[in-house]
Amino acid sequence: MFRLALLVLAGLLTLAKPSQAQEVKAVVLRVDYPALLPVSRLDLRPDDLGFAGAQLATEDNQTTGQFMGQTYVTESVVATPETALAEFERLQGEGLRFFAVQARAEELLAISEAAAPDTLIFNTLAPDTALRSAECRGNILHIAPSRQMQSDAVAQFLIWKKWPRWALIHGSHPEDIALAEAYRASAAKFGAKIVDEREFTDTGGARRTDTGHVQVQRQLPVFTQDLKEHDVIIAADETDVFATYLPFHTWRPSPIVGSAGLRPLEWHPALEAWGGTQFQNRFEELTGRYMRPEDYTAWLALRVLGEAVTRTKSADPAEIRAYALSDKFELAAFKGQKLTFRAWNGQMRQPILLADGRIMLSVSPQEGFLHQRSLLDTLGLDQPESACIAFAQ
Amino acid sequence: MNRVALASALLALMTSPALAGKVFVSNERGNTITVVDSETWEVITEFPAGNRPRGITASPDGKHLYVCASDDNVVRVFDTATYQELHTLPSGPDPELFVLHPSGNPLYIANEDDNLVTVTDVNTHTILAEVPVGVEPEGMGISPDGKYVVNTSETTNMAHFIDTTSYEIVQNTLVDQRPRFAQYTADGKHLFVSAEIGGTVSVINPDGGAIEHKITFEVPGIAPELLQPVGVRVTSDGKKVFVALGPSNRVALVNGETFEVEKYLLVGQRVWQLAFDAEEKYLYTTNGNSNDISIIDVAAEEVVKSVQVGQQPWGVVVVPD
Repeated sequence: MFRLALLVLAGLLTLAKPSQAQEVKAVVLRVDYPALLPVSRLDLRPDDLGFAGAQLATEDNQTTGQFMGQTYVTESVVATPETALAEFERLQGEGLRFFAVQARAEELLAISEAAAPDTLIFNTLAPDTALRSAECRGNILHIAPSRQMQSDAVAQFLIWKKWPRWALIHGSHPEDIALAEAYRASAAKFGAKIVDEREFTDTGGARRTDTGHVQVQRQLPVFTQDLKEHDVIIAADETDVFATYLPFHTWRPSPIVGSAGLRPLEWHPALEAWGGTQFQNRFEELTGRYMRPEDYTAWLALRVLGEAVTRTKSADPAEIRAYALSDKFELAAFKGQKLTFRAWNGQMRQPILLADGRIMLSVSPQEGFLHQRSLLDTLGLDQPESACIAFAQ
Repeated sequence: MNRVALASALLALMTSPALAGKVFVSNERGNTITVVDSETWEVITEFPAGNRPRGITASPDGKHLYVCASDDNVVRVFDTATYQELHTLPSGPDPELFVLHPSGNPLYIANEDDNLVTVTDVNTHTILAEVPVGVEPEGMGISPDGKYVVNTSETTNMAHFIDTTSYEIVQNTLVDQRPRFAQYTADGKHLFVSAEIGGTVSVINPDGGAIEHKITFEVPGIAPELLQPVGVRVTSDGKKVFVALGPSNRVALVNGETFEVEKYLLVGQRVWQLAFDAEEKYLYTTNGNSNDISIIDVAAEEVVKSVQVGQQPWGVVVVPD
């Protein structure tokens, strides 16, 4: 039986029309930042984080490629914030032009600055809303959703629930403060009220200790004791300092949303809708672990590339970029509707999953919100709100 | 609204049901098959069908019911008169949808998890071949002469034409995002492939594989992303094409000559699969989110009734008595 399958495969390979066997080479460049261990050991970073998603995408692309006469090669490269630019320049020097970059804004912008005119960058990590606005770059397509898309996704769900009174607790790092700002903007956008607000200051130290829960259980109720009357607490803690501790440790019984409790995510390993089960199975078979959001965004970046190559029959970065930003581009990505790009700032339109630890609870945009172009444009910066001019036609 | 309901109730009374037969509906979540009398449209019974029953079809003589029990990794075969399970067929992992050769054998099964089409002999209960195809194979159609079986792969976005004697892919057609279903016309001249996320149905000339036309859908007041074509059925005269449009809760009626949409029929929620009765008098639709089937009068082009079935109905087949 296996032999027959192989024979058939051979037959199928000969069918591919290699008029000119096209090779599509891409790089996944991951910048690893110094970080403390996560609050929960369930969130420990696997070594192949992101790379595994890219590998699956490459296999998916290759399966299509065998019918189209294209081959896909993806290189996985780890860098530090200090070596990121040099690694990028080295790879670019080798002739590589497609880069999925898993880095924060500072390194991403440095790479964008150093990019050759025909290099195309996929941002698979940096959520900064400014990168989709005044700080946008014409050579970066944003696969990762912005903070504003994440906070809007949560906001729509809370409005749908008729829970408009929010207490906002944010961390003390710049990322946390930016995320808090996104929630304030979402409140204004969707008609919620931030009734109280406070900062949880990171005083350093280890995040997990033996019997650490004893102090958490005593301290957090006091910290949340005098919050004004609210429907939910929004935790804006991108740096993973306190939010994970919050559920059930508040003074009053309060649902937690944002960085803990109900979280806005690009992907969740329990998602089964829209054909997700088969996708999860393929990933788990390949890696022996569950898919993380970073794997999903890396998969998405390379699938955007693969899809554009399939349709244009070209591996020219300028053509790929133009096609991705055009009305013709669409990608099925296990989220129940096609994903496309916003032509004004290069942001990928996508539904945002809302999940607790175990399952997907909902998905935004929510029913009842309206938009003249695409319901997905109710999440994040809409065209009039974006100050990006690098994409102007 | 009341008047509409009354009108359709009257219409239901006036329309004479088809010849006696049974409508079998697979309930993906209920793990059951609901049996509906095609004459009275009453539920006869509901019987267990293994884990996650999805694709469903019947032997040409109407005696055997084939069900993809997706989570059991087998095809279960039931007696359509007694509802007893007769045996299982090897299907490869995660069978979702299949198509039977017009002669009644073999069965061509899409294995969504393994990028394969498995060919299973329904008499000897053995696998004849495994054909590697694109990523996430789902839709399965067969040419009326039985020479080609077509598989659609949801992530590769292709219709693969497989020669049923050599088991080789002889032709590929790139279609829109997430192709779910493939259906030939009875004369074999057209192949319809629905793209769920792309929102289109490609009309393909099987001779050469070129796309001759792309059917698109538009309903005022319905978000375009909800118009997700899945199941497709064509009357044997080729004149009427019905397309199930998923979460838009509508079935489109397409002119089989001009390929223009003529009408949208409101059915239950998340309509996926469709089946005619033997005389093509009625078309049955499975509505996964409202746990019912809608019954469309093919000549009148009207929805005449809905019948509650099990949990999350997925597939449907009608077997004459």
